[in-house]
Amino acid sequence: MSHRAEPVGGPILTRPFKVLLGVLVVGLLLTAWRFVSGLGPTTGMNDGYAWGIWIAYDVVTGTALACGGYAVALLCYVLNQGKYHPMVRPAVLTSALGYTLAGVSIVIDVGRYWNLWKVPLLWNWNRNSILLEVAICVMSYIFVLWLELSPAILEGFERDNRYPLLRRMSLKIHPFVNRAMIWILALGILLPTMHHSSLGALMLISASKLHPLWHTPLLPLLFLGSCLFMGYAVVVFEGEISSQVFRRQRETRMLVSLSWVMVDVLFVFLALRLGDLALRGRLGLLLNLDFHTFFFLLEMALFLAPALLMMKRERRYNPGIQFLSAMMMICAGMLYRFDVYMIQFDPGPGWSYFPAIPEMFITFGLVALEIMVYIFIVKRFPILAGIAPPPSEPSLGAAGVPASGR
Amino acid sequence: MSITRRSVLKGLVAAGTAATVGTPVAFAARERKKPLPDAVGMLYDATRCIGCKACVVACKEANGLPPDPGPATGGMYDAPIDLSDRTKNVIKLYREGGRISYMKAQCMHCVDPACASVCMISALHKGKYGIVEYDPDKCVGCRYCQIACPFNVPKYEWSKAFPKIVKCEMCRHLQAQGKGPACCAVCPREAVIFGPVDRLLADARGRLQREPVRYHPKVYGEKDVGGTQVLYLSAAGIPFEKLGLPALGDQPVPEFTESLQHAIYQGFIAPVVLYSALGLVMYRNRRKRPAGEEGEG
Amino acid sequence: METGERKIPLLARLSAGGVSRREFLKTVTLAAAAVGLPAAFVPRMAAAAATGARPPVIWLHAQECTGCTESLLRTSAPSVANLILDLVSLDYHETLSAAAGHQAEEALWSSVKKNEGKFVCIFEGAIPTRDNGIYCKIGGRTATDLTRDIGLKAGAIIAIGSCASWGGIPSADPNPTGAMGVPQFLKNAENAPYLKGKPIVSLPGCPANPYNLLGTVLQYATFGTLPELDSAGRPKFAYARTIHEDCPRRAHFDAGRFTGKYGDEGHRQGYCLYKIGCKGPRTHANCSTKSFGEVVGSWPVGVGHPCVGCTEQAIAFRVPLHATVEIDRPTPPDTYPPITADHGGVSIAAVGVAGLVGGALLGAGVMNARKLGAEAKEEERKTGETKPEGK
Repeated sequence: MSHRAEPVGGPILTRPFKVLLGVLVVGLLLTAWRFVSGLGPTTGMNDGYAWGIWIAYDVVTGTALACGGYAVALLCYVLNQGKYHPMVRPAVLTSALGYTLAGVSIVIDVGRYWNLWKVPLLWNWNRNSILLEVAICVMSYIFVLWLELSPAILEGFERDNRYPLLRRMSLKIHPFVNRAMIWILALGILLPTMHHSSLGALMLISASKLHPLWHTPLLPLLFLGSCLFMGYAVVVFEGEISSQVFRRQRETRMLVSLSWVMVDVLFVFLALRLGDLALRGRLGLLLNLDFHTFFFLLEMALFLAPALLMMKRERRYNPGIQFLSAMMMICAGMLYRFDVYMIQFDPGPGWSYFPAIPEMFITFGLVALEIMVYIFIVKRFPILAGIAPPPSEPSLGAAGVPASGR
Repeated sequence: MSITRRSVLKGLVAAGTAATVGTPVAFAARERKKPLPDAVGMLYDATRCIGCKACVVACKEANGLPPDPGPATGGMYDAPIDLSDRTKNVIKLYREGGRISYMKAQCMHCVDPACASVCMISALHKGKYGIVEYDPDKCVGCRYCQIACPFNVPKYEWSKAFPKIVKCEMCRHLQAQGKGPACCAVCPREAVIFGPVDRLLADARGRLQREPVRYHPKVYGEKDVGGTQVLYLSAAGIPFEKLGLPALGDQPVPEFTESLQHAIYQGFIAPVVLYSALGLVMYRNRRKRPAGEEGEG
Repeated sequence: METGERKIPLLARLSAGGVSRREFLKTVTLAAAAVGLPAAFVPRMAAAAATGARPPVIWLHAQECTGCTESLLRTSAPSVANLILDLVSLDYHETLSAAAGHQAEEALWSSVKKNEGKFVCIFEGAIPTRDNGIYCKIGGRTATDLTRDIGLKAGAIIAIGSCASWGGIPSADPNPTGAMGVPQFLKNAENAPYLKGKPIVSLPGCPANPYNLLGTVLQYATFGTLPELDSAGRPKFAYARTIHEDCPRRAHFDAGRFTGKYGDEGHRQGYCLYKIGCKGPRTHANCSTKSFGEVVGSWPVGVGHPCVGCTEQAIAFRVPLHATVEIDRPTPPDTYPPITADHGGVSIAAVGVAGLVGGALLGAGVMNARKLGAEAKEEERKTGETKPEGK
């Protein structure tokens, strides 16, 4: 078995794929209805809660879940941890799909979508608007991600003798892409840093509506931190699942070290979060023992549980534990973002929000689409690598290599 | 470059601490905005209002708005319960114990509006005379303005396929005819009046001075959220929170976020520096990496 | 009317005058309702009216236009005037007296003497007090004199009309004659000691609504008591509420539909007249529920003119006709939105679906984790190694 990434191969229209297709069709029909009759009848959003799950999940959480590419690229190319290399392509694919679908969600969510083309025009820009920065960054990043993924796509075309035109074009373009890759990658790290902190900054303006346990000047930093550990968690999560589903060898050791990084970032995040609350004198709010306390403690539980789970050596090598921890991290990050954008957002008495059923099913449809495209690309293009790098790699000291009895 | 886990952790903690401590002090808050010299506004005196709702009707007529059957009143014809996509101005009733006060709710036309600060391509912006205007041609319908406004003023046409944001614009479409806002023109008691903000403020202060027993001793909007061009006076013993005007402090809503934005992105220096640094690091790393991993994304 | 008239049964007299028993009872019922007495009392009132126990009444006039008497006479089916005049023994009334001159004076003084302390004295018109009251003299005597002389001998005093109640038009600025209402005159420093707690009922209005007088008189004739009075001496059954509280155009006020000027669209539609100066919100009277004639809606607002507040001393002939006033007792209906309105709740079905989907995903995840763990353990057991699997 080689290091190299290979297409998984196999039929596309498997049973699970067809189920996802069904979900997608439902989502598409509902989306059509949304465009015909407006957001009111199809969603639970209202004037008090103008942003619902399409923002809180599809955009804010979705992009964080799509941070795998960012997180792994950071490790692999900036911190020079080459052993993570095989994880880059699947992570970038997930990221590209996740961000593209976040973009699609935006088009579905905004009311006057026909004016969206005016947003990238420089002379229109209101440079005070953090949302503008998020929009431009995300739009650019989608582009950058597909560029980052392009070597894999091009390689796939090059290997495929069925389409000689594509093959020739790929061979021509590939060298340029390779040479430019550093600058593309640098953008691929700059842009998410900018927009993920901005996603946190978006809610800074709602000081009067966001509960003080969540509203803090540190929101940009906290969102950046949480997107990092969520990115790692997604890579671990997906690594396990794709190993299972596509019957590849598990990359347990790599995932173990990645899990450790995840936990480190998590601890820094928690330290910042709690430290900030303490410094601003807000910890006392927890004593109120109300709805807010409940969600805060739930978040903490979801944050700490995986960290504690991974403490014991044997456990962290257990793929089940890895998977569970990653899942909890994802839930924790998701809950944190949901809290900031929806659950702890209180526009005033008289307003309430819960996503409507069509609203949820449009999201399910989009997720189904994402999974379907992922499956297609992974089966037809060299994304997944067969084997992890050999264990003798002399890279970072304590992470991953079981050393002095931890 | 050998990176130990310890150094990674140290780096992260250092960066985090620097950001936590540094951010609030690193940037100087931008200069607080003052009202334009020809800013116009409204002064609403709750003690003079008799709740006749002529202003609600006049606003609907002047703006061509449809009736808003109130759900709470069993679909009574045109009985809005709040501002909405069909109601830019509404009279609400405060009733507690034996005390009654009316409250006119509409856009506050803030001196430093949150909605205009957050709007991506300035669909909502401060226009002539300081009126906060809405340009649907630039609106993408992202609804960030609804999130940002501390008074929950902008409303959205949820049930339309081609929706707009709806809010009071002080009848600026009547300016060409030399008219001010319809609500002020129609009020039989002059409970709400229109005029230059500085004069209205002087008037309000004068009223407080002449009849201190009658009024709650504050002009709402004088300093709140950096000042609003719609000012309020309330009856003695009825603080503004009871009328739905929250105590938000004197800092304009966008002040912190704009200062942060400017500090980080001033002249776009930080992103460029970061980009260059990243490029440099990755270039050096590539030189060190074994050849087999060349050129993969 | 002379005293000592033969006592003919009331009903006979009425039917002779073309009023049926049915109409009589109807009017008594109306009067009972006006006074606020339940229908159960109607037979008793009718009986009292029928038995002809007729208290003597002396009706004095001072600075007045006789509008109040006229409003009484302007009813015809049945004639309230006749009814009242049959309920009471009207011993002196300058307008209605058949007699004149010395004969009328004689009737007056003999009744006063005969019924001292028992008769009801109804005043119509204001009392001028300046220059010793020379601005109104009847039969050679000043109104002030007559009021003192006769009023202080009465058993009860009713001041009908705004003029008698508080001064009315004659008292409008600059009030050259020093006109004042009867209660004010009789309660002044000079006369008060002689008043000796005599009740003074004021029935302001310009003119007063005749049904208010009917109700008061009917109660007095039936029970010998006067209706409950407010602080200004006005019967609460008629003057406790403002016009605004019971106005038929109130719905227009509440919905913000106003007349802008006479003849405009709003005026034609019968919208609220507040904006052109209706004093209804500060005027205590029952014109909005009790019309002046038999025609429903025969009152100023009913015909499209704002109420001028003719019962109120602070308003009538003082505040300009078309100036707006504050609301005395705002009683907003519940259709006003509250400060924080309720904007609806969440869909239970959606919560259910979310719960199901979320639960299913979480469950699947946990199960998968267990499966992975079990598989790994299985592999470990098979290979006998404790080293991590995978490369």
